[in-house]
Amino acid sequence: MRVGVVTFPGSLDDVDAQRAVRVGGHEAVALWHGDHDLRGVDAVVLPGGFSYGDYLRCGAISRFAPVMSEVVDAAGRGMPVLGICNGFQILCESHLLPGALIRNDHRKFVCRDQRLRVENNQTPWTSSYAERAEVTIVLKNGEGGFVADEETLDRIEGEGQVVARYLDDNPNGSLRDIAGITNDRGNVVGLMPHPEHAVEALTGAGTDGLGFFTSLAAHTFA
Amino acid sequence: MPKVVVDVMPKPEILDPQGKAVLGALPRLGFSGVTDVRQGKRFELELTGEVTDDVLEQVRQMAETLLSNPVIENFEVSVEPTA
Repeated sequence: MRVGVVTFPGSLDDVDAQRAVRVGGHEAVALWHGDHDLRGVDAVVLPGGFSYGDYLRCGAISRFAPVMSEVVDAAGRGMPVLGICNGFQILCESHLLPGALIRNDHRKFVCRDQRLRVENNQTPWTSSYAERAEVTIVLKNGEGGFVADEETLDRIEGEGQVVARYLDDNPNGSLRDIAGITNDRGNVVGLMPHPEHAVEALTGAGTDGLGFFTSLAAHTFA
Repeated sequence: MPKVVVDVMPKPEILDPQGKAVLGALPRLGFSGVTDVRQGKRFELELTGEVTDDVLEQVRQMAETLLSNPVIENFEVSVEPTA
């Protein structure tokens, strides 16, 4: 598959995400924030970083980048979209995902290998994982606290829209230990930890993140 | 030049770690008697022409779409009296 990775001014993990896409068996296509063009890709990754310097709110300016109107349209037609960290923040600001991400409750930047449970393995980004798989994926964020009102939280829990949950320690104050969610349709996934940094044994805690990139093929051609 | 102010505050039920940090710093500096601090943002918009109801409606739209995130923040629009 052709998987687009968007670069915004201030994106940090776009090149790692491209590499993870290739390690996962796909062609990585660089997309530019200023273009009204998805270059015919089959899926899109919004990578981590500090797009537009996190000015105003994380993801608030990126949401209005020209490429994002294309991403929002494509997501509406069912294209798989994965937002990692800053990408998750952009998806929430774009209203493609419910809720919002606020500053970590303990106010410190956190960077560590984080244990997670994959709660929903039915999305195009998680279908490679076994049901309720427990994985370790690096996490690094300053504003990763997932919040939403109680009604929204109950709804996304009830509909199986929680994709991943923190195990052991909650690293950032996220309500109900939520690390990642998906939309009603299940094609858009936002995740605070960084699977693109966990695809090769040489760098990082292991290869538990690879499933996010191999899932695409398994899902599409199943 | 008329000025319209948009004050954006985290919703009461949303945790405000920055406000908590300020609250924690005050007693260390010898200031007592503060029981809570909430930190928000203030936007001062300089406008051309008169501040009509239509203009204020536009400012409210700006506040809803960009200046605030309605999921976690409330906003108030007010007109600054010209000096």
